[in-house]
Amino acid sequence: MSTPWRDEVARVAGLARIDLKPDELDRLAGELEVIVQSVARVSEVATPDVPATSHPLPLTNVFRADEPEAPLDRDEVLAMAPAHEDGKFLVPQILGEDA
Amino acid sequence: MSDLTRLSAADLAGALTSGEVSSVEATQAHLDRIAAVDGPVHAFLHVSSEEALATARAVDEARARREPLHPLAGVPIAVKDVVVTRGLPTTAGSRILEGWVPPYDATLVTKIKAAGLPILGKTNMDEFAMGSSTEHSGYGNTHNPWDLERIPGGSGGGSAAAVAAFEAPLAIGTDTGGSIRQPAAVTGTVGVKPTYGSVSRYGLIALASSLDQAGPVTRTVLDAALLHELIAGHDPHDSTSLTDPVGDYAAQARRGLAGDVKGMRVGVVKELSGEGYQPGVLARFEESLDLLREAGAEVVEVSCPHFEYALAAYYLILPAEASSNLAKFDGMRYGLRVEPDDGPVTAERVMAATRGQGFGDEVKRRIILGTYALSAGYYDAYYGSAQKVRTLIQRDFAAAFEKADVLVSPTAPTTAFKLGEKLDDPLAMYLNDVATIPVNLAGVPGMSVPSGLSDDGLPVGFQVIAPAREDARLYRVAGAVEALLEARWGGPILAQAPELEVRK
Repeated sequence: MSTPWRDEVARVAGLARIDLKPDELDRLAGELEVIVQSVARVSEVATPDVPATSHPLPLTNVFRADEPEAPLDRDEVLAMAPAHEDGKFLVPQILGEDA
Repeated sequence: MSDLTRLSAADLAGALTSGEVSSVEATQAHLDRIAAVDGPVHAFLHVSSEEALATARAVDEARARREPLHPLAGVPIAVKDVVVTRGLPTTAGSRILEGWVPPYDATLVTKIKAAGLPILGKTNMDEFAMGSSTEHSGYGNTHNPWDLERIPGGSGGGSAAAVAAFEAPLAIGTDTGGSIRQPAAVTGTVGVKPTYGSVSRYGLIALASSLDQAGPVTRTVLDAALLHELIAGHDPHDSTSLTDPVGDYAAQARRGLAGDVKGMRVGVVKELSGEGYQPGVLARFEESLDLLREAGAEVVEVSCPHFEYALAAYYLILPAEASSNLAKFDGMRYGLRVEPDDGPVTAERVMAATRGQGFGDEVKRRIILGTYALSAGYYDAYYGSAQKVRTLIQRDFAAAFEKADVLVSPTAPTTAFKLGEKLDDPLAMYLNDVATIPVNLAGVPGMSVPSGLSDDGLPVGFQVIAPAREDARLYRVAGAVEALLEARWGGPILAQAPELEVRK
């Protein structure tokens, strides 16, 4: 059944690239509504005069020496890939058009 | 030597240095213990017996040749499965990474290997560290060694249970909102979340990058200090890693263990007690405060009025960062790949099918919440406001640390609850971390040390919080709490834990 929160979960799941089954959509719709209502109280104290913090300990101008290092071992990396060919990752078609 | 698994890491290191025991003996003793008790506890997702014994042999041989060794060389350790280990499976508790063997080591693992600590295996956790009970693991529950019907805390329930069940003297945890400290509290063990940036995050499978921090999981305060000194330090691979020299944590722990807290100002956070806290938890907290007072510490009350908004801010910031960090699990380069049942097999549809099947309920819940909070039209109201609350919480800490050298609270509001009890109520589950979350939002260091048993006979944790970069203070105060309480109990708290049934 379509409800505003169920539609919202479906929209967001599309953005997040997660296939959800109908029963998951039903359950998450209820949960998202409750959780969002609970966390929305942050706006009570987030007044315009308060600056935002994105990082706990501000660091500026973090540089390191530009020294070459050994890369990851290609065979070790590819051995863990779902599919590979000719020393490269093998992936499904990237574009939606007919191949 | 009697039972090597009952020794602290410091004592075991002493016995190894003196040649009383070999690392092979110590490592084998722990592997035997894992074989005997880990069936019902299920702390480990993978046990690396061969690799651990090979490291132990190499350390014993180096010692025989009188080569210089790290003080902890030969002492076995368990590593949370969110930390990548070259050659050992790493899943972060998720089915989406089942069977993945990383092609590199986390920096902290490089340090552990260089110091010669045999890695016993990888410990169970909530999927991608999202949870407070380890019930969200894709590979089954870990059980609390104090009562197998109860949760071991989370997300690092495996590391805490391994140490509490004497399967390992040391373990590595990660703490984004309490995932080291809350499991420590409910299993009667010690856990430290260092200052953000003290330990490199390179090679931790990121949950929330501005909150994540790895740290020690042990049975004693001194062991935590020794392990912290080993894994800390600047790492050019992590641009948020601090360049500060590593502190003298073990020396400060010893100072505290000798009872030296005279003149220290201990601030009790008014907002982290009262409603929602079990009476037995509060009673143990007050008792530890009395002991600190008797030892000469000055106990004052401080107020952090914005802490009541910390949980809400955390459950916006964490899902927002996690939804971005977990975008890399797309079925292309590693881990699971699922093709859609019908329709065209395009990369985007493969990604959605892979994530739909590979992620568990809690991970989906948080990615949906995070994507929602970051989506157009909601960003300022949710994520933007949460970041402002973060500023207010940092200001609360700054004001409190004007009046006190350390802050204290119960680590968790309750003792270990029954498996399944809160699984269907996400908000009730989130409340377990109400006292630990402010610490991560501010980036300051925090620690949980056992403070006794509640009325239900289950362990309670005492949380110590210090200003950023002052991790050493944690060890001094927690060392004193440990020494004063053990003098009263006549031994460590785990001596009061029921014996686990041993499989022969």
